[in-house]
Order: sequence, then C-alpha cells, then structure tokens
Amino acid sequence: MRRTIEANPSLFLVIMLLALWQILFWLVGRNALLPPLETILYLARLLQTARFWGHIAETGTAFIVALAISIVAGLAIGLALGINRMTAEVFEPFLLASNSIPKIALYPIVLLIFGIGMPAKIAFGAIHGVVPVAIFTLAACSNVPPIFFRAAAAMRLTRWDLIRSVLLPAALPDIFSGIRIGFSLTLIGTILGEMFGSQSGLGYLLMTAIGLQNIQVIMSVTLLLVLVAATVNTLLLKQDRRLRQPGG
Amino acid sequence: MDTPIPIHVSLRGVNRVYESKLGRTHALGPIDIDLRRGEFFAVVGPSGCGKSTLLDVIAALAPPSSGEVTFEGQPIGNTVPNGVGVVFQENASFPWLNVADNITFGLRRQPLDKAEIEKRLQYALQLMGLQDFAQAYPSQLSGGMRQRVCIARTLVMQPRLILLDEPFGALDQQTRLLMGDELLRIWRATGATVLLITHALDEAAMLADRVAVMSARPGRILEVIETGWPRERDSQIVSAPEFGQITARLWTLLRAQSMQALAPGSV
Repeated sequence: MRRTIEANPSLFLVIMLLALWQILFWLVGRNALLPPLETILYLARLLQTARFWGHIAETGTAFIVALAISIVAGLAIGLALGINRMTAEVFEPFLLASNSIPKIALYPIVLLIFGIGMPAKIAFGAIHGVVPVAIFTLAACSNVPPIFFRAAAAMRLTRWDLIRSVLLPAALPDIFSGIRIGFSLTLIGTILGEMFGSQSGLGYLLMTAIGLQNIQVIMSVTLLLVLVAATVNTLLLKQDRRLRQPGG
Repeated sequence: MDTPIPIHVSLRGVNRVYESKLGRTHALGPIDIDLRRGEFFAVVGPSGCGKSTLLDVIAALAPPSSGEVTFEGQPIGNTVPNGVGVVFQENASFPWLNVADNITFGLRRQPLDKAEIEKRLQYALQLMGLQDFAQAYPSQLSGGMRQRVCIARTLVMQPRLILLDEPFGALDQQTRLLMGDELLRIWRATGATVLLITHALDEAAMLADRVAVMSARPGRILEVIETGWPRERDSQIVSAPEFGQITARLWTLLRAQSMQALAPGSV
C-alpha cells in the first residue's frame, strides 16, 4: 500500500480528493453539491455541446492573451528593474505593495476603461499576473550570485552577452517559478473578470448558474477549471524542478 | 641594477580607497611590485588585508584609486586585459551548463574553429582529470571538482597571466596539496606567469618562486621572499628543511600583522 502511494503520489491525492468530495456530498446534500460521478458525467455531456465549447473558447482566448501579456510585461518590468541593483532596491517594495492591492477593487475602473467584453477580461487577467511575474523576475535577477558576474567580467563578456548568457540562464529557475504563479493568478483574474460584467465565458456561466441554482453546471464548470489548472500546474512544477536540478 | 628577467606585470604607487556606508576605507597601498614573466608569485597576508583587492586591481576588476598597473608594458584599462585569466575562491562554475560547456564558455566567444575548441577542451579535461565528467553538471560534482572546472575554463583561454584568488580556500587539506601539485604542473606546462593569493603560508611556501607578505589594512608589501625552489618541484618539498625555514620566516612577518588584524576596533 505504502509503496503504491510513494510511486504515484498525485494519483493517491486525486483519489483522496474524490473521496472527500463524496463524503462532503453526503454531509451537505444535493442542494449544494453534486457527487463526483454525476459531475463527471454531466461535464462529459456539456463537452458534447457547441455552446459550452463557445464559452471555453472565450475564456481560453481571454486567458491565453492575458497570460501572454502578464509574462511579456512582467518579464520586461522585472528585467528592466532587476538588471540594475539600485533600481531593484528602489522598486521592489513598490512592486510588493502594488501586489497587495485587492485587484477586485480595480475592476470597476477596468470596466469603465474597456467596457464589457473581451478586452476587460484580458486586462483583469493580466492585472493579476503581471505583478507576480515582475516581482519574481526582479528577485531572480537580484539573487544571481555576484561571482557569476565577476567570472563573466574575467572572460570579457560584453554587457549584452552577459545578460543573455549569464544573467538570464542563472535567473531562469526563479523566473520560471514566477511564470508558474503568474499562470495561476492570471487564470483567477480572467475567471473573476468574467463573473462580473461579462456575457460569455466559463466565469459568466458560473454566475448565471448560481442565479438559477443550477448545481450541475456549477459543479461541472468548477471541475473543469480545477482539472485544467491542476494539470498545467503539475506540468509546470515538473519543469521547474528540472530547471533547478540540471542533470537530475 | 638591471634585471635580465623581463617584467610581466608592474604596479607603481597603487592605492585603492573605496567609499561605503561605513565611510572611506583605505583597502590597499601604496603597492610597488613587479612580477617577472613566467614566475610563480604568491601573496600572503592577514585576513582583510586587501589581498583579494590587489588581485582585482591587477585583473582590472576594480580600478585603483591612484597609481598605475601595467601588463606586458601596457597600462591596463577598465576591462580584464586579453591574456589574463582569473580563478576565484567561490564556485564560479555555471550550474546550467555541463562541464564541457562550462570549460568552453569563454572559448566559444573567440574566433576559433570547432576543431581547435574541441582540442583545447580535451586537453583541459585530461589535464584536470575531468575526462569522465565532461557531460556532468556542477551540482553532481564535489567542491574540488568544480574548482577544477573553473581552472580548466581559465586555462583553455591560454592566458599568459593566471590570477588565482584563494582558489583552494574551500577545499580540505589533502585536496589542497594535490591541487597545488596540479597547479605546479599547469604552471610548467603553460609557461604562464602565476599570481596566487592565499592565506595559507604553507601553500605559498610550497608553490611559489617568490612570496610577498602583506601588512594588515591598508595592505602594503612588507617583504618579498625568494624560495629558491627548482622549477621541477611538487608537494613533497614540504619535507625539505628549507620549507620549514621559509614558512617560519613568513609566519614571523605575518604574526604581528595578523594580531593587528584581529585587534578590536580594526574592522
């Protein structure tokens, strides 16, 4: 038994979660939850309808664009500030402070700027992702051991070569962690953005289902989001570990 | 008196003063020394005396506040001169590259063809005993092996002046002695001038042709001692009677300085 768990910890975790879910269902009843099997079957049925795929495509597009913006802008900000030690020290507290703002409070402003629709969702997703990516990138640059720069200077690297061949690869593991966290937060931001002031997407579907007390839809959409987020995050974590331990 | 041995590196009136939160620190100088072409020169001194600053100044990694450093007759600028290689105390191997890529890191930035790079890589791997580890990553190696990688990375550039900043500081005593032997072999094989910064008296006495003893901060050269060792030598000279005499002489000079360096209020 123990050996099976150690060989397959994530499978074990999934089974445990399904069991907990079933127990919780027995406790709270059909008004609030659907049991695992029924949810999976309902989700499978939803996945056969074109309308559901339309919502997925809407959320997927918003999320991918928001993630791309988060990564590109976050990397740019983090690198621009992190390359110089002085700007890093000046701006890091500022970035950390801006990260602690509850972003939902900014949503009315986002809506006023972009109006209801895709641009607002993208903006709201990106707001969530860009700061963590920037913070991690900045910290990653600051954490590169100074000896690497001395060694690079001793090998007469040009400034550009230094950034490309020493700073970036040395900072990559930490930058990648930032992207991993940026992924999760951008997804949260995108779904949140769809829940208020939106007319399509999985977040919108969740909100209307809550209004209609449609437990089946709520549970199916939630399950889908959890599955996607958990799978991608697991893959990113694996890559993260690989970057930290070159050669295994 | 004219010396027939050509001067390779020359320092004249070199000082280094730097500003920090704690105020102005006179770290080094004034220093006047000449390194002869092809010699093995060691610098010993109490901790915090500016030994490493001296190396930084010669390598152009830190500018002197006053004075002049020339390498092969040319004043050095603000980048490490061509022909100078540096090995640091800390592990400077790049963890994202395997041993072979680490060693050829600088080479690949030279206008050299692949065959030449491969030739020099194989030579360095063999010289440093790293043949079986070319594909390994630094995280899979011991501290001594990583330092060999860094030395190899410097050697493949075929420097005419090799600067070593306490390269064996983090290694155990046996490994240090063996690495010392390797350093002597490399020195003979390459014909390069070697400047070794160390706090270990025995290391300096065993390896160098001449040993400079530095004072407590601000670091100045108190005396330069000729060891008189033959060029063909290895760590077994630690049993020669002269070795004891040289080490004793170094310690006599250093003892007072080290006590001064340890005295309260000196830092």
